[in-house]
Amino acid sequence: MAGHSYDAEKYWKANLRLIFGSLIIWALVSYGFAILLRPLLAGIPIGGTDLGFWFAQQGSILTFIALIFHYAWRMNKIDEKFGVHEE
Amino acid sequence: MSQFAINILFVGGSFLLYIGIAIWAKAGSTKDFYVAGGGVHPVTNGMAIGADWMSAASFISMAGLIAAGGYANSSFLMGWTGGYVLLAMLLAPYLRKFGKFTVPEFIGDRFYSKNARLVAVICLIVASVTYVIGQMAGAGVAFSRFLEVDATLGLIIAAIVVFVYAVLGGMKGITYTQVAQYCVLITAYTIPAVFISLQLTGNPLPPLGLFSTHIDSGMPILDKLNQVITDLGFNEYTADIDNKLNMVLFTLSLMIGTAGLPHVIIRFFTVPKVADARWSAGWALVFIALLYLTAPAVASMARLNLMTTIYPDGTAAEPIEYDARPAWIRDWEVTGLIQFSDKNEDGRIQLYNDTAEFEPQAQARGWEGNELVVNRDILVLANPEIANLPGWVIGLIAAGGLAAALSTAAGLLLAISSAVSHDLIKGSINPAISEKGELLAARISMAVAIVVATYLGANPPGFAAQVVALAFGIAAASLFPALMMGIFSKRVNNTGAIAGMLSGLTFTLVYIFVYKGWLFIPGTANLPDTPENWVLGISPLSIGAVGAVVNFAVAFVVSNVTEEPPVEIQELVESVRYPRGAGQAQDH
Repeated sequence: MAGHSYDAEKYWKANLRLIFGSLIIWALVSYGFAILLRPLLAGIPIGGTDLGFWFAQQGSILTFIALIFHYAWRMNKIDEKFGVHEE
Repeated sequence: MSQFAINILFVGGSFLLYIGIAIWAKAGSTKDFYVAGGGVHPVTNGMAIGADWMSAASFISMAGLIAAGGYANSSFLMGWTGGYVLLAMLLAPYLRKFGKFTVPEFIGDRFYSKNARLVAVICLIVASVTYVIGQMAGAGVAFSRFLEVDATLGLIIAAIVVFVYAVLGGMKGITYTQVAQYCVLITAYTIPAVFISLQLTGNPLPPLGLFSTHIDSGMPILDKLNQVITDLGFNEYTADIDNKLNMVLFTLSLMIGTAGLPHVIIRFFTVPKVADARWSAGWALVFIALLYLTAPAVASMARLNLMTTIYPDGTAAEPIEYDARPAWIRDWEVTGLIQFSDKNEDGRIQLYNDTAEFEPQAQARGWEGNELVVNRDILVLANPEIANLPGWVIGLIAAGGLAAALSTAAGLLLAISSAVSHDLIKGSINPAISEKGELLAARISMAVAIVVATYLGANPPGFAAQVVALAFGIAAASLFPALMMGIFSKRVNNTGAIAGMLSGLTFTLVYIFVYKGWLFIPGTANLPDTPENWVLGISPLSIGAVGAVVNFAVAFVVSNVTEEPPVEIQELVESVRYPRGAGQAQDH
């Protein structure tokens, strides 16, 4: 890695950016929509309750799955772009 | 065929399958034993993680907790799944690249300190042993109910089965057995849920059924449930809560604790490549979500079914007579998990929430107190019987509950035995031990751990719920921050990491002990464990997240006033960040 320290740094920054963005969504759906912002979503009805309840019991779990697969897919692309992937 | 024979058939058949797999996948080397040879496919691994993670708590208890608490207990759903996002992005790929066998090994190498490794071993053993006790106790309960044997005998059968496949097979045996156990447990969980969802809403998919229309009343099922339970003095099922800070911190503690629990982390050491570690986390969550998306539907539908069983003509009419109670109530009364006392001596079962606000209504109806106490842990196990499902579904639930308890027990036992044989014996006491000797030590320590866990499972210390909180608190406040800082910071050094782990751990333990009693000894609590006494309304169950913050803060401050880690450690941190070369690393 010594000869490519500039690229290595860029690779790590790209990873951190991706993680940061993912964790914002992670926090928004669970701590945001499902808990703290639930009163704001109370006006959106869904099957006998409101959208906040849906996020608390289903929506956040579905979002978590999408986040992990998106991260894995993007990171594998970034690995290849910077040539740090495994053969 | 009698119900007993059906149960024997399902449970016995599934056990034969697990043991057969263990013999087929017998471990030959330490690498086979600890990380299944490092060659497990991500989807297979995801399924094994699913079985490993979903314990008796997820399978048996969680739906009951949600049924009782409604929206307020959604923390369990989000907390026990959201941790996988943290694992996938913050820990798993880098620890896989590091390429060693255990969690304390990483902490010891990264913080170039045997003491750090020792602190990690202690945290790991305390967190894992407390967890195993719960699994063994859960297996005992399921056995005694379904095989109609004594709880102690049930426990001993469970211990023998775990012993055979965990001790012989190691991680290799456990991984493939857990794949089979996942299939058994998810089938067992979803089939009754599908039937019940069809009965109540006509929708075969329980997660959609939860938001569908209740056939009998024509109302959305959640509205119907709210109406029935508020008629009986309970809180609305979907009601929002006031103490949001506590809900946020509780959810966060469960998430961080999930990511920090060692038996889940070591699972990511078993895949061939760093990229596979990322995919594994995704697949694990898919398999876990199949159960976690079904659970809230099971919770609300079972609660509604229970209420309509007791009040068949609606809440305005009188409840059923005790003598006309269904067979399942009779069966569970034998175990003591359902209790009835006819307080107003009218021969009927009055089930309601006897609070001061509801008192005038209860008096007007001649009710003198709630008469039926239902242990919430039986909800999932009794669910098929409540809904009048055929006998084979009940046999399936028995096999599923046992699969959940045994797969988690095996994973935890492996984490404990590798900490003892690899980190304690090879790492500290006798570094010159041969591979054969290490394998023998691993098997002996696993056997000892099973005996201890079985003994404690038969004589549970009586504080199961607190102990689970402790396990999560420890993992969240000690292991997770140390692992994360080890990867994301080059500046955190040995002194900082040890100070951080110890202060996070101490802070969390003290807060729990102040409310729950020192070492959980009854009568030694300094303050009553009620919301009015909690600091800022933070419950002892939620304190792990704050402990983690304390750990991070102390580690950064101490590291910044002491010297930088040596160059070779900074290079180690650099190397775990880049996937290339993980293949070589695993053959250390």
